[in-house]
Amino acid sequence: MSEYIEHDKEGVSVGLVEKKYFTFAEPPDTMILESNARLGPITIAYETLGSLNEEKSNVILILHALSGDSHVAGYYSEEDQKPGWWEIMVGPGKGIDTEKYFVICSNIIGSCMGSTGPASINPGTGNPYGFDFPVVTIGDMVRAQKALLDHLGIEKILCVIGGSIGGMQVLEWAVRYPDMVVSAIPLATTTRHSALAIAFNEVARQAIMADPNWNKGKYYGSAKPNLGLALARMVGHVTYLSDEAMRRKFGRRLQNKNDFSFNFDADFQVESYLRYQGQKFVDRFDANSFLYITKAADYFDLRRQHGNGSEAEAFAKARARFLVISFTSDWLYPTYQSRAMVKAMKKNNLDVSFCEIEAEWGHDAFLLYNERLSTLINGFLERNFIELLK
Amino acid sequence: MKQTIQKQSGGLKRFDLQVIASWIKPGSRVLDLGCGEGDLLLYLKQNKGVTGTGIENRESKVALCIAKGLSVLQGDINEEVLDYQEDTFDYVILSQTLQQVYYPERLLKSLLVIGRKVIVSFPNFSHWSIRVQVLLTGMAPKNEQLPYEWYNTPNIRVITLKDFRKFTRDQGCKVLKEVAINTNHHDTQGHIVSFLQDWRATYGIFLIGKGGKK
Repeated sequence: MSEYIEHDKEGVSVGLVEKKYFTFAEPPDTMILESNARLGPITIAYETLGSLNEEKSNVILILHALSGDSHVAGYYSEEDQKPGWWEIMVGPGKGIDTEKYFVICSNIIGSCMGSTGPASINPGTGNPYGFDFPVVTIGDMVRAQKALLDHLGIEKILCVIGGSIGGMQVLEWAVRYPDMVVSAIPLATTTRHSALAIAFNEVARQAIMADPNWNKGKYYGSAKPNLGLALARMVGHVTYLSDEAMRRKFGRRLQNKNDFSFNFDADFQVESYLRYQGQKFVDRFDANSFLYITKAADYFDLRRQHGNGSEAEAFAKARARFLVISFTSDWLYPTYQSRAMVKAMKKNNLDVSFCEIEAEWGHDAFLLYNERLSTLINGFLERNFIELLK
Repeated sequence: MKQTIQKQSGGLKRFDLQVIASWIKPGSRVLDLGCGEGDLLLYLKQNKGVTGTGIENRESKVALCIAKGLSVLQGDINEEVLDYQEDTFDYVILSQTLQQVYYPERLLKSLLVIGRKVIVSFPNFSHWSIRVQVLLTGMAPKNEQLPYEWYNTPNIRVITLKDFRKFTRDQGCKVLKEVAINTNHHDTQGHIVSFLQDWRATYGIFLIGKGGKK
């Protein structure tokens, strides 16, 4: 996902929010990961918005994508310049209405935004884990989130919502904890990466690992593999846009010049944009986290994990009502992948709605303001909320 | 000879949909093919406690339906009906779409697999005004139900009430109920035609079940 963090056009916001932490899996009760490695203690950073109703029936769990965090909406302080990453969708009267619902957003494990990840201190050595951090999967991330919800005393989730890698977690939640999940909205996502998606992730990872500063993941406290991480982010950004989006956004326009420079400076606007995005990213993201999270996304395969290779069987345990949404110009997770999951859900007699939203902004469309998307999500939530109360 | 059906609800504007709705038993499972903006499904959900699903290929209409709290899938009806298990639905509704279907035989067969009963409605091509137009002008007919030119019409199938009855016999399915109505499909009021149906009805509505006599 790219960053489109911006203030709400009408200035409507949930207001001040606070990042909280929950730690569990203290040794010796460490968590056994899918790889059979053990991890603990595990800290999860999370934020909550709105208030939990008496029946605890208004819980919405939002799951973030690759570079996101628990800061889904609102501001940390009065002086805070930037709201959370989905400010346009989450807040009073918005698509996900914080006046009505209790929203939880937790940072995934493996990340560097407050939850335990490769940059966290390894209690065994007193130093950052680096590459000693075990490989985590989408399933592991979801199990950690489940521990958080147990801690918060939540037994039913009205809706789990997420796009991209967040959408993978949505699917995993619905299949792994069918009794907890009333409804689910997987956005711009897939039940498993295509070779194309894995290929781009591998190019991005190689960019990091080829940076001499990467030093097999041991770079904390010294020069970081910023060149590699910036390059990885540039590759990512290309996959988040689309031919049309790039044509509209940049075309062949030159950056602050009238003619070619006949050297290798950033001549074109698109070059300048990618360089800027790459450089901006290294200030806030950890290269090892990028490696771990992209690997988790590549490993994710709902069919393999839950369906003995069959998409239909993978959804056999699910009980949730689904709203599957894809975007016309998303070539990273094209519509055919969403249709495949819809097909499997139908075969299991699940209540599913599907809409392919016309949007030119490629994979990133799910993060951009779209009246249709907000209305859709709002109506779907409303219906499930009313029917859950009955 | 006129039998006027009272308007069934404030919600349903189209007369043909009022007739269809009156046939559906409360609490049943319904699939509405080409559900548009979901008027029928919403009515059935609110008034008959029906569990409904719609299929619609236009994104804007699908979005409207979902925003109304309906379960609707965006897609092509011919494809989408293939994924359901046998008898998933009590009723499958194909309202004013049959005349636009490329392979009606194949589609009807699929519908009778996934649904216990199928409701089909279509504009009657043997209405007197159409017959007269062909006879007098010698040109492809146009009327309020079939307002297109021959070169831009989505209605690629020319069906009459008699044709459809024969079609159901040939397909080996059973007509459980049929009604001929005289109305413009936008009209909220219409009436059932029982005399000279083939000539006077603008639409036919059929309730079909499996395994009838040949």
